[in-house]
Amino acid sequence: MTGAALIELHNVWVEYGDTVVLERVSLAIAAGSFVAVVGPSGAGKSTFLRLILGQEAPSRGHVRFAGAPMAATCGPDRGVVFQRYSVFPHLTVLGNVLFGLECAAAPLLGRLFGTARTAARDEARAMLDAVGLGHAQDRYPAQLSGGMQQRLALAQALVKHPRVLLLDEPFGALDPGIRGDMHDLVTRLWRDHGLTIVMVTHDIAEAFKLGTRVLAFDKRRHDPHAPQRYGATATYDVPLLRKPDGAKAAS
Amino acid sequence: MTRLITIRPGPRARVLAGALPIALLLIGYALAAALRHADNPADKVLPTLGAMGAAAWRMGTHVDPVSGQIALVADTLASVMRMGAGLALATLTALVLGLLLGVVPLARAVFGPVITLIAVIPPIAVLPILFIALGLGEAAKIALIAVGIAPYMTRDLAAYVAALPAEQVIKAQTLGANSWLVAIRVALPQMLPRLIETLRFSMGPAWVFLIAAEAIASDVGLGYRIFLVRRYLAMDIILPYVAWISLLAIGADALLRLISARAFPWAHGDAR
Repeated sequence: MTGAALIELHNVWVEYGDTVVLERVSLAIAAGSFVAVVGPSGAGKSTFLRLILGQEAPSRGHVRFAGAPMAATCGPDRGVVFQRYSVFPHLTVLGNVLFGLECAAAPLLGRLFGTARTAARDEARAMLDAVGLGHAQDRYPAQLSGGMQQRLALAQALVKHPRVLLLDEPFGALDPGIRGDMHDLVTRLWRDHGLTIVMVTHDIAEAFKLGTRVLAFDKRRHDPHAPQRYGATATYDVPLLRKPDGAKAAS
Repeated sequence: MTRLITIRPGPRARVLAGALPIALLLIGYALAAALRHADNPADKVLPTLGAMGAAAWRMGTHVDPVSGQIALVADTLASVMRMGAGLALATLTALVLGLLLGVVPLARAVFGPVITLIAVIPPIAVLPILFIALGLGEAAKIALIAVGIAPYMTRDLAAYVAALPAEQVIKAQTLGANSWLVAIRVALPQMLPRLIETLRFSMGPAWVFLIAAEAIASDVGLGYRIFLVRRYLAMDIILPYVAWISLLAIGADALLRLISARAFPWAHGDAR
């Protein structure tokens, strides 16, 4: 564990009518950690991520972000990369990264002009270089491979310097070779930018390779006559020895 | 083994294949016209291609001594102006309402049912209302085109925008976009190619409404002319006019496709 708790969940429940998705989730995520979330389909991994994203509010309990109660709305302090549809198809690679900078500086037009635009472009280009897309800045997402699109989605999120980066099966649609490259990239970005990352994945090997901590979500109790009545919770919470400072202890 | 579904004509073969039925239609028509004229040289139902060419030439060059205008030019200008105004009005309405309904669920809840209600009314049925309310001038004809196609276009665009991946909207919010910026920077640009597409699909109905309005109350226009000369059984004028309308429609469609491909390369797969 490094740093203070950035995200805290206290006895959080998520229920839709009769269906309990998450129950009694209490945990804290430290700043600077890389939390990998695994579990079978339907165990509430994505719901957990949406809670932290602010896309969804708990039906019971509360979520605190950086010490303050979490507002149930998505804000620029939390970046996200989804498995698909994370980038805007109508913007070039550079335009996709500029988007966040333009939104912050120009809430009415969403566009920058003059020196502000030049500065934003330089910042966006530096971010694209960091993810290895500097050569492709004028292309549209449809012209990029799946791996390049996910690199772009990472750059787009990181240019906002989010407090926490949420990854929802970000490499699930990539082939194994590209996935390895992306693991190296996301590890490097995590170290260089001092990020806090929460990543949902189906791939347990990936979870143990990348995380400083692995959370496994599953149902503790099961009622065969009413399977929806019990929700999932973090059944395993495994701290790993991997450290952000580059000491590869867990290898 | 070669199967029917695996035979793909090359580019040149496709042009030839496509031209064949058109050529057959023309030849068939010319034969039928020649046969009828052999029986009755004064036949008006199937004019010969030569007679139609002569009539088209007359309509397109002869200055009418009363109005001082060339009929074909005056008719085309009048119809194209009405069409343009009606399409522009419908496009603007559909753009604003489609964006609003697509992006804001609350607006969809409020305006969705009333737009559906308007969309199911046959536009020609309200033409008398338009004539009574707006008079017999240009306004009623333009309004008929707009009323006829705007509800369909609005619903199509609203559904398209609402179906944009939710991930994009979430992502935009995490990048600091407010509702307004999501609308104008995420939804609006992605909606524009669809706007052109839905406009293309609406052109057919728009022509129907234009010609209907012109046929009922007008003193110039392509539809007016066709219905006027019908009284004299002047097929030699009607058929060239119909062909001319088809050409205008094909040209407008090609123009819209070109604009979309040029302006939105990302939406057409072959970006830059």
